[in-house]
Amino acid sequence: MFSRAYKAAVTLPPLIWVTVFLLVPYLLMFCYSFWSVSAFQTIEHSWNFSNYRQLLRVDVYWQTLLRSMGIAARVTAFSLLLGYPLAYFLSFYAGKKKDLLYQLVIIPLWVSYLVRAYAWKTILGSDGVLNTLLQYVHLTKHPLEFLLYSPFAVVLTLTHIYTPFAFLPIYAALEHIPRNLVEASHDLGATPGQTFWKIIFPLSIPGVVAAATFAFVLSLGDFIAPLLLGGPSGIMISNIVVSLFGAAYNWPLGAAISFCMLVLVVCLLFLSERLEKKWSFS
Amino acid sequence: MISTSEIALTNAAGKEGRSTLLSIRKVAKTFGKNLVLRDISLNVAEGEFLTILGESGSGKTTLLRIIAGFETASAGEVWMGEERLDRQPPYRRRVNTVFQHYALFPHLTVEQNVAYGLRVAKRPESEIQSRVQDALDKVKMSAYAKVKPSKISGGQQQRIALARALVNRPRLLLLDEPLSALDANLRRQMQVELKSLQREVGISFIFVTHDQEEAMVMSDRIALLRSGELEQVATPREIYGRPASAYAAQFIGHTNLLKGEVCQEVARCAGLSWSAQVPDGPVQFSLRPENIRLVTGKTESPGGVRVRGRVKQQAFHGATELLRVECADGLTLTVRTPGGGATLDIVELEFSAADAVPVRESAERI
Repeated sequence: MFSRAYKAAVTLPPLIWVTVFLLVPYLLMFCYSFWSVSAFQTIEHSWNFSNYRQLLRVDVYWQTLLRSMGIAARVTAFSLLLGYPLAYFLSFYAGKKKDLLYQLVIIPLWVSYLVRAYAWKTILGSDGVLNTLLQYVHLTKHPLEFLLYSPFAVVLTLTHIYTPFAFLPIYAALEHIPRNLVEASHDLGATPGQTFWKIIFPLSIPGVVAAATFAFVLSLGDFIAPLLLGGPSGIMISNIVVSLFGAAYNWPLGAAISFCMLVLVVCLLFLSERLEKKWSFS
Repeated sequence: MISTSEIALTNAAGKEGRSTLLSIRKVAKTFGKNLVLRDISLNVAEGEFLTILGESGSGKTTLLRIIAGFETASAGEVWMGEERLDRQPPYRRRVNTVFQHYALFPHLTVEQNVAYGLRVAKRPESEIQSRVQDALDKVKMSAYAKVKPSKISGGQQQRIALARALVNRPRLLLLDEPLSALDANLRRQMQVELKSLQREVGISFIFVTHDQEEAMVMSDRIALLRSGELEQVATPREIYGRPASAYAAQFIGHTNLLKGEVCQEVARCAGLSWSAQVPDGPVQFSLRPENIRLVTGKTESPGGVRVRGRVKQQAFHGATELLRVECADGLTLTVRTPGGGATLDIVELEFSAADAVPVRESAERI
């Protein structure tokens, strides 16, 4: 069909890109994770497992990893809880306003992520919009402290940011369901509720799995929201990696944490692909 | 390609004795500015096989969807017995549909698909099991109970769709061009099976199709729909033998349309004349190709009309041959003969005046 030269011309550029910008850095990271830092602040290329041992031994690392996963899980749950009804409404009931509403969901993605994170800082701070309002209407006497610099703030911000990412695959899955299946269900006597739980929801599961994967993986690796809004109690694993590569100058330990996260994420992606396949029937 | 003798399977019994099951009263439907259905009134009897026949865009599917409840009528009412149907949501109507593309649930097995209606109605599990088994037996698909619909052929999916609808024992089954996706042989086989299944279960069927041959073979009555209006509602024999309009005559089977004039009970057309019990004025006659005979000899049979012409085209159709014969005064007749195999040139034709059926001129509609 196509000449070898054509095939090479098409496949080579992405192949080079992936090698130079993904495989080689990952390999380097993998190597670094077995090295160590000497007393003179130089990287010693002596191969050992001390970084991985340290990860298990020092509480702060695995506890932060667990907290990050907890935050990511909550972000995932809230993004799905917001994204699914939104996608369902748009796909089945929005009628002519569908395209407009779809654009409205997408537009926030054009606004810089940093700007949106900062916006929440303005809203949640002690002198912020929310606290001022609450005191103005005399619901509270003093500013609520838990609003900012807390896991709550991080979950809220990340949910706001990743809900559109959760919305998109669910919406695509719902749009994909042939409408005559819904009609057939009603025709066979199923109420709208029964039709949703027995037909629509099961057929949208691949979209839900994709949405959950997006929300979880993206928020697990996030470091800007916890940096700006997390405070000490809202620190996430990526913040530790950043500081290890920066001020702490312990690249080998940072690489070991990064590699663990990479393995975790790859496992999740693998699992989600299996689940999506199991539930797709096209 | 259907002659009166080929109309098999048609239930000749009079329908007047049966009670009315479904009553469609002055139903109209507009989509925006488009008038899709206009003033449709139609009754369906208990146990009747009624076919809604029409070209694409005639509104036949819309009419079916109004009965099923997927569309709401812009005007008019639909009644089932004493119950007003058109105000009920589709899931409360004792009507089931076989969809054009089957609409089987892809994530459920064949068995679960068939059981769906009974499960949502929360029937006891033992009853569900036996009824599903019966339904699958009836359509000869028991061997495929545990299989997903994507693993079976179109014809098999068709059977499952049928079983899934019939298992609920609806009072009325709607079928939206259910055979259109099947190839010709399977289609003929399914026509026979569907018809005998309908006799067996005794449920009223409303069958939508654009295929006039299919309509003739299967129906007790045909409702011919044209651009959103009923052109004629009658048994296949009536509609074929006594078409109400030029459109009905042409749409169902082949015909020759003769435009002529009637004056004092004498019809005149292209130099021919015969006696006709029709009011004076311009008239169209429908004359079926098989009602024209090739004749030899001089004597006209009583009530016969003679015409001579030259054969322009002779097409072999197996049991019969179709001739296109050019006669005088620009008259061209299509003639169906038993077909002796001989090549014909100048022929003498004869038809009975009684076979020239006066038909209403069909007004052009958009």
